[in-house]
Amino acid sequence: MNHLFPILTALAYLVSFGLYIRFLGTGNKLTGRLGTLLLGLGLIVHYFALLERSRGLHTVPYHDLYGSMSLFGWLLALTYLGLELYHRQRSVGAFVLPFILVFFLAAHLAPADRLSPPAAHGVVFAFHVTLSILAYAAFALSFVLSLIFLGEERLLRSHKLGEVVWRLPPLELLDQMSRSSVLVGLISIAIGTTLGFVSVDRLPGQNSFYDPKYVITLLVLALYALYFRLAGTTAWRGARASRLCIFNFVIVVLSFTVVNLYLSHSHRYF
Amino acid sequence: MEIVLVGLNHRTAPVEVRERVSFTTEQAKRAAEELRARGILEETLVLSTCNRSEVYGVPPESSHECAPGLSTFLSEFHSVRPDILSVSLYHHYDREAVRHLFRVAAGLDSMLLGEAEILGQVREAYRFAHEHGATGPVLNRLFQGALEVGKRVRTETELGTRPMSVASAGVKLAERIFGKLSERKALVLGAGTISEQVVSHLRDRGIAQLQVMNRSWDRADVLAKEFGGKVIGWGEWDTALQSPDVVVSSVSAEEPVLRRDIVERAMAARGNRALFLMDLGVPRNIDPGVGELYNVYVYNTDDLSEIVQQNRNARESEIPLAQGIVDEHVAKFLSWQASVELVGLVDALRIKMREERASFIRARMEPMKHLTETDRAHVEKLMDEMLEKLLLGPAERLRGEKELRRKIQNVEALRDLFLSNREKP
Repeated sequence: MNHLFPILTALAYLVSFGLYIRFLGTGNKLTGRLGTLLLGLGLIVHYFALLERSRGLHTVPYHDLYGSMSLFGWLLALTYLGLELYHRQRSVGAFVLPFILVFFLAAHLAPADRLSPPAAHGVVFAFHVTLSILAYAAFALSFVLSLIFLGEERLLRSHKLGEVVWRLPPLELLDQMSRSSVLVGLISIAIGTTLGFVSVDRLPGQNSFYDPKYVITLLVLALYALYFRLAGTTAWRGARASRLCIFNFVIVVLSFTVVNLYLSHSHRYF
Repeated sequence: MEIVLVGLNHRTAPVEVRERVSFTTEQAKRAAEELRARGILEETLVLSTCNRSEVYGVPPESSHECAPGLSTFLSEFHSVRPDILSVSLYHHYDREAVRHLFRVAAGLDSMLLGEAEILGQVREAYRFAHEHGATGPVLNRLFQGALEVGKRVRTETELGTRPMSVASAGVKLAERIFGKLSERKALVLGAGTISEQVVSHLRDRGIAQLQVMNRSWDRADVLAKEFGGKVIGWGEWDTALQSPDVVVSSVSAEEPVLRRDIVERAMAARGNRALFLMDLGVPRNIDPGVGELYNVYVYNTDDLSEIVQQNRNARESEIPLAQGIVDEHVAKFLSWQASVELVGLVDALRIKMREERASFIRARMEPMKHLTETDRAHVEKLMDEMLEKLLLGPAERLRGEKELRRKIQNVEALRDLFLSNREKP
């Protein structure tokens, strides 16, 4: 297999991370723009890395843990870039890039695939999986944003501003960004889950609706819908909503790991 | 092509002198016209702000020779006795004048280190002088360089980013919570000088709505009218605290004006929407317990003063970086200046050699009667080619090699060596 695309991807993300860190430290606008540019380049090369691998193995990227994690990293980068451009806020890049890098690099350490292939396949199923991973990526992003919110809020309340507070986004913007991200996740997971049920319904002779994954996915959907409601208008807005967002992501991680690998009989790495 | 600068600023002159030597735009125009009409300067630019009055110029002769004339002119123009003015004026020439202007544009020479306004003032002074034809190639290049320095220092360093007063620090902190203040509301308790300063900063940041509450309705009304706000009756806390995002308090009171129970009730009524309280009163106007409430941020004078001190230190630590940008652009400007001067010198040499060649050929060929017109033209052409060859190489090198231009420190000495006064460009 050709390693050019993965190496170029890692390099672009790494340089982008360095530039975002420098932007956070110095506030130099040019450095920030270069960070965004490198992230965009990384996304393009990462796409070709996924495409090349899928073609080589004659399968979809999420077929194994490697592809699933790599796709997660790509969708996280894509969601973040969209959010950065929409909210015109680059300071968060330094905190998101490590997650993208970790997922991209950790994918290479993933053990060889020992699980049986999923029963379902086809376009509907592909959309179900891709949208579900996109939802997880968006929730991961809101998790990072909530962590930054809580850190910045604590610094502001304790009057220990230091250097970094002046560069971080305002609290209300972080809150907005987190809600935007959750909205992307909610829409994706709602459509993705519906398509999942459609896929199951189409399977000949297998119409089981009792997979624990369904329960936890509906729980995740309900919890994030609750967060979206509370963070916007009620007395929970601010730090409490951010804590709820972090808690929700813990459930997502459980769904992504424990439930997928040990409890669900029809879900693998997504 | 020398540059001279004569001026005074907050370091060299007290405000009584500065205000007498300041220029209105009309005076700046008149001064520039007179300086050129009297032949003191060929290019002129007057930079006048509340902290400095400076005249930049390109004299027809040596810059050192024109400086006394400039001082006298300033003294006459503003009707200030020369002995009063002379102790306050500074004179800078060439490299030092360039360096001074670039430091000014960078905010390194300002009373408030890194202040942003000076760059706009330099830009405006240049635009005005340029529009009125007072500048020429040298000052155009010099001030374009200064504007570039100012812009670079502001984008590449942190010299001007941090708030340097308690009022501006408070407003900047509010922006850390709410972002842009253009859709936010503020309530000001008290109508004294401090309140006025904060309101001024809030208005500069585009605050959407302003309410003023003061024990004296009349004073509140004056402040509200000045800044386009409205007055609320003293003590109507439930109404007053319902809508604002930022509350600034600066009233004289022995006991806290905003008690915990008042703010707690207000927060419940506003659905815990974030509230930023700036307590600038001494003794404090806001009960310290208010800071423990959910989504309430309280900063008092000491907290804000500490931030200002941190910011001052942070700005000072940026000086070497800003100075590096200034030095880089000074070198760039001097290199350009040297290249223009040296190329001018080479051109003058070429003219002189052509003249010499003409008289030389006339004298030497007179006895050579056997030469035909074609032969004579051929010899003349050969000499022309040789002269061009001799001068073309050095001229090209001067245009292309910065290092060579740097080595040739004194163009004037070269002129003296090769050209008579009459022939100097």
